[in-house]
Amino acid sequence: MSEMRRVTAICNGSVIDHIPSGAALKVLRMLRISGKNSNPVSLVMNVPSGKYGAKDIIKVEDRELTQEELDRLSIIAPHASVAIIRNYSVAKKRTVEAQKELVNVAKCTFSNCITHGNREPQSHRLTVISVDPLQLRCHYCCRTQDMDAIIDNLL
Amino acid sequence: MADDLITMDDLTNEQIEALLKDAEKLLPAAKGDVYLPLLEGKLLGNMFFEPSTRTRMSFETAMKRLGGNVVNLGALASSSVTKGETLFDTMKMVDGYCDVAVLRHPRQGAAQYAADACDIPILNGGDGAGHHPTQTLLDLFTIKQAHGKLDLNVVMVGDLRYGRTVHSLSHALSRFGANLTFIAPPALSMPDEIIEDLKASGANITVSEDLVSNLPSADVIYMTRIQKERFPDEDEYQKVAGIYKLSRKDLKDVKESMIIMHPLPRVDEIHPNVDSTPHAAYFDQAFNGVVARMALLCYLFGVAIPKEASQ
Repeated sequence: MSEMRRVTAICNGSVIDHIPSGAALKVLRMLRISGKNSNPVSLVMNVPSGKYGAKDIIKVEDRELTQEELDRLSIIAPHASVAIIRNYSVAKKRTVEAQKELVNVAKCTFSNCITHGNREPQSHRLTVISVDPLQLRCHYCCRTQDMDAIIDNLL
Repeated sequence: MADDLITMDDLTNEQIEALLKDAEKLLPAAKGDVYLPLLEGKLLGNMFFEPSTRTRMSFETAMKRLGGNVVNLGALASSSVTKGETLFDTMKMVDGYCDVAVLRHPRQGAAQYAADACDIPILNGGDGAGHHPTQTLLDLFTIKQAHGKLDLNVVMVGDLRYGRTVHSLSHALSRFGANLTFIAPPALSMPDEIIEDLKASGANITVSEDLVSNLPSADVIYMTRIQKERFPDEDEYQKVAGIYKLSRKDLKDVKESMIIMHPLPRVDEIHPNVDSTPHAAYFDQAFNGVVARMALLCYLFGVAIPKEASQ
């Protein structure tokens, strides 16, 4: 089975690998990839992984993910990597880079934070306190973020 | 000091000590015995989006005792906030009108948010259940006045979860080597992130629910009001309302030098029969709001306190 491809190779696009098992749908949401996009998307979940036991993989055709887009994934997929595919070959490889601050990635999980005020225009800023495990604090209210709840606050 | 004062992290220990010394020098001017127009021509914006008596009035008094002037946001009902204006827009306007602004707001993080929007210095006058650093300056001044030092046994009592004064004060006192005892019911215990920060900085912390057994060793009892306005519902408030009360009969075994502080307003945490004991420091504490804020404003504008100020 390991020798057989679960999804066919793509000609051009991005392969996002090492997504934590079960998190692929959240990754699609973070990258704003929905059924409304015209790009073909393939997704496999819970495939065996030497490093992590199990993982998800996403293949997005005809779209090259940027480093900035990849870094947004640090909240849910800190070990994710992206292979940029051109003409069936890997042209570039990228990994999630640890950020000092996540800007406009997610809204603070504390409901009384000023950023939950109506139409307040300034950026949502979460300071990275530790990378592994990921710990975040709101730049404004200083509250430690609820990492389970933050998935619902992705921007 | 950074241009803004949002949390006590914006001040070094040396800056805090310098401010406390300046506050001492400014006492005659704060009482009106000496007129010191050091801030003539300067304008402070008092931006209070939440009720306040002491913080608002003491900032206004401080500015006017120093010859400066003050404009107030006024009642929310008569401002554009009721028309849906954002805090960002309101503060951008104040940024143009004033030389410095004090902000009190019900939402946590509002002061940092305003500071990021403005070029003028922003002083946090209380942001939701966040911080209240200018209160801490006057609290430190009051403790130093009474004891001459800050490395003491300080017992904080009541609403430690939503009480912004104790958040800022515990940060500051831990940096000066105080032993901190936090007394609160579980629902109102000190927030985890503050405990984590205090422990990381090596603070000596004790957590308890029992006030009486902690009274004899205390040098300072810092009482706080259970803040009804911060509770999501009335039932939750009623479960803890009135849980800690001090009256004269509770003070039999306390140290002679022990002082009782309270950021005020009080409800029933301190019985009026405590007011006439030598332990009651809360009214002096309220007055010290003027002198501590005078020192802070002079510091912000880079104005040295002249020697004759204390003569």
